Amino acid sequence: MIGDAVWLSAGVAFWATVAATPFAVATGWLLARRSFFGKTLLSTIVYAPLVLPPVITGFVLLKLLGRRGVIGGWLADAGIAIPFTFTGAVIAAVVVGFPLFVAIVRHAFEAVDRRHDEVAATLGLAPWRVFSRVTLPLAFPGILAGAVLAFARALGEFGATIVLAGNIEGETRTIPMAVYTLLESPTGEAAAWRLVGVSLGLSLAAMLGYELLVRRHRKLLELDHGR
Amino acid sequence: MGADPRLAVDVALDLGALRLRASFQTSSRRIAIVGPSGAGKSTVLRILAGLEPDARGRIAFSGERWLDRDARLFVPPYLRRIGWVPQDPRLFPHRSVLDNLRFAGASYTDASALAAQLGVEGLLTRRPRHLSGGEAQRVALARALLARPRLLLLDEPFSALDATRRRDVSARIKDTVAASELTLVLVTHDEREVASLAEEVYAMSEGQLAP
Repeated sequence: MIGDAVWLSAGVAFWATVAATPFAVATGWLLARRSFFGKTLLSTIVYAPLVLPPVITGFVLLKLLGRRGVIGGWLADAGIAIPFTFTGAVIAAVVVGFPLFVAIVRHAFEAVDRRHDEVAATLGLAPWRVFSRVTLPLAFPGILAGAVLAFARALGEFGATIVLAGNIEGETRTIPMAVYTLLESPTGEAAAWRLVGVSLGLSLAAMLGYELLVRRHRKLLELDHGR
Repeated sequence: MGADPRLAVDVALDLGALRLRASFQTSSRRIAIVGPSGAGKSTVLRILAGLEPDARGRIAFSGERWLDRDARLFVPPYLRRIGWVPQDPRLFPHRSVLDNLRFAGASYTDASALAAQLGVEGLLTRRPRHLSGGEAQRVALARALLARPRLLLLDEPFSALDATRRRDVSARIKDTVAASELTLVLVTHDEREVASLAEEVYAMSEGQLAP
């Protein structure tokens, strides 16, 4: 059960990060670089899961994606089931980790001096080439740092996952679910401790990776002159 | 003087307390804008470059309309074929000096030849953060020239250069303007630069530039 849970958590977190990345980059860029009608509303909605109890987020997702939900009914007709599946666990992890991811990506884009973009435009680069050759490479270490943090957050997701995806062994029983299950059994504590150790190790490694990437980003943008 | 002026500018922009207005027509190919700091000189260059989308009025260069608010016409910077060298050179920090020079697609031969003329040929493999202010300024100038602009906008281009370099670089710019179809607009408060480079001088103060 321990090995299964670790691999399952890693799989959920990996796919959640992969799925969230394009949306987090697009949303973070929009919030950092564009002013438009409804921007405050967009950021309010995007950041809401950060403060909403994860169980509530899970409940809202279940109502949206369940067989009778607005989107779920339509998906069910197409033969796609989300609740109580691996995909459901990935979606819960995406939504709960998304605000953190977007906040860091937004910050990464904000840290890139717009005058680099301006110079690139005067050198004849169309906006999308300015983005791909200047803005994105200069924001890249910060975006990667956001992805690492989103991955780490997804590893530990519990509240929204248990509501939307349940606690099904081999399907949605990730590390936190497994610890929860083990603690309910009188003989489970030793195994639970081992998962706690794995979880601590993964979290610390992720935070270390995050710190190193942030430092690298600051160096790339020359924000640490004279240090 | 031909029928149409080479550069015709009549623009306005509100900058908080300062209301900037610049109006001039010229067929000269070497123009200087002088005036005290805070007069709005750099902003005029930014408007010419297309970097101030809120600017109103009209700009025409070499028979092309770049801005005509009444006709809702605005040509974005990347279609204007300009070179802009701001006071702070802003080299791309993630690229080497050579990559910066070749950013707009110049060949290695052209890039290294111009680098040699401007005395930065020994820096090609370096990262911008390892350059001095004067070196970065020359690289920024070379980068702008290598994009083959028709209008070159220089904002205090020699501020970080010593006297000898200043003469060399100034002569280099003069040669380039003489040898090509390039038009130069120079912003400065240095009278020596004006004397050595400009044919026509406009004074600017408190946001107002007029012939």
